[in-house]
Amino acid sequence: MTNNIILRVVSKSLIPLIIMFALYVQFHGDYGPGGGFQAGVIMSAASILYALVFGLDAAEQVFPPAILRILASLGVLIYAGVGVVTLFLGGNYLDYSVLADTRIAGQHLGILLVELGVGMSVFSVMLIIFFAFAGRGRP
Amino acid sequence: MIDVFIGVVLLAFLAVTAVSIVRMTNLFAIIMLFGIFSFLSAAMFVVMDAVDVAFTEAAVGAGISTVLMLATIALTRDHHEKASASHRPWLPLTVVIVTGAALVYGTLDIPAFGDPNAPAQIHVAPYYIEKSIPETGVPNIVTAVLASYRGFDTLGEVIVVFTAGIAVMLLIGAKRRKSNVENNKGEDNDE
Repeated sequence: MTNNIILRVVSKSLIPLIIMFALYVQFHGDYGPGGGFQAGVIMSAASILYALVFGLDAAEQVFPPAILRILASLGVLIYAGVGVVTLFLGGNYLDYSVLADTRIAGQHLGILLVELGVGMSVFSVMLIIFFAFAGRGRP
Repeated sequence: MIDVFIGVVLLAFLAVTAVSIVRMTNLFAIIMLFGIFSFLSAAMFVVMDAVDVAFTEAAVGAGISTVLMLATIALTRDHHEKASASHRPWLPLTVVIVTGAALVYGTLDIPAFGDPNAPAQIHVAPYYIEKSIPETGVPNIVTAVLASYRGFDTLGEVIVVFTAGIAVMLLIGAKRRKSNVENNKGEDNDE
């Protein structure tokens, strides 16, 4: 599909918008619909669109599989790590209230962090799965 | 009233799509219909005010899984499923009809949609609605429940996604080990 100029031009202008929307969904999840899961999936959709139009090799240069593997584990680690931090700060596991001075600020910070972990993990796992499937067809 | 109308129309479309999926033999068209099915479900969730679920359904069901199924079908040679001549639909049809009838019978006990006295509404939902703003300060109750009150569940879900990624990598993501396989050919006689 790399020679199709219409697809290239349209997707080139679409991908930044999709990524912006993913970031909006990620960080606006406290106030509107959305959150880490949806943001991760939208972000990976942008990357898959890139891979479909510009080829798998170009996409793997932008998102090297080794980094994706680290990101996937890091997301889970951030989520579980926030729980461990709250344990050390004297709260229950994943009780974010102790993360900051006030209860509300702690909850905000905790939710932001775990949603970030969710988003990172979902994004990279979706891309890993896509690369694994699409990479099989390569000669 | 308009909600009911939209719901009925969407349900009719869902049924038409499902029947078309069953009757079709072109796998490519079936995958496209799966995507349409997911979008229709997402629209139904929006009508039922479950925007977060609709969001996920549209992104995962219509987006990612369609792409993954297309990638899978690209790996197979034949894009048509041939119906065998000796196909006898009666036993599966009976099973499906009996199961469907049991499920419809089960829905008779379900409280009406939006019933304030439904068990789901009177158990923990009032607590979340009253306390989520003073306790977490997060305006979107769904996010407050998902990330804070039910943080353990969400952690489990993330680990499920992570495990799925690992499983896929282990099963089919090993394309870069070609040189290793060639090196081991002499040693590993089991394979």
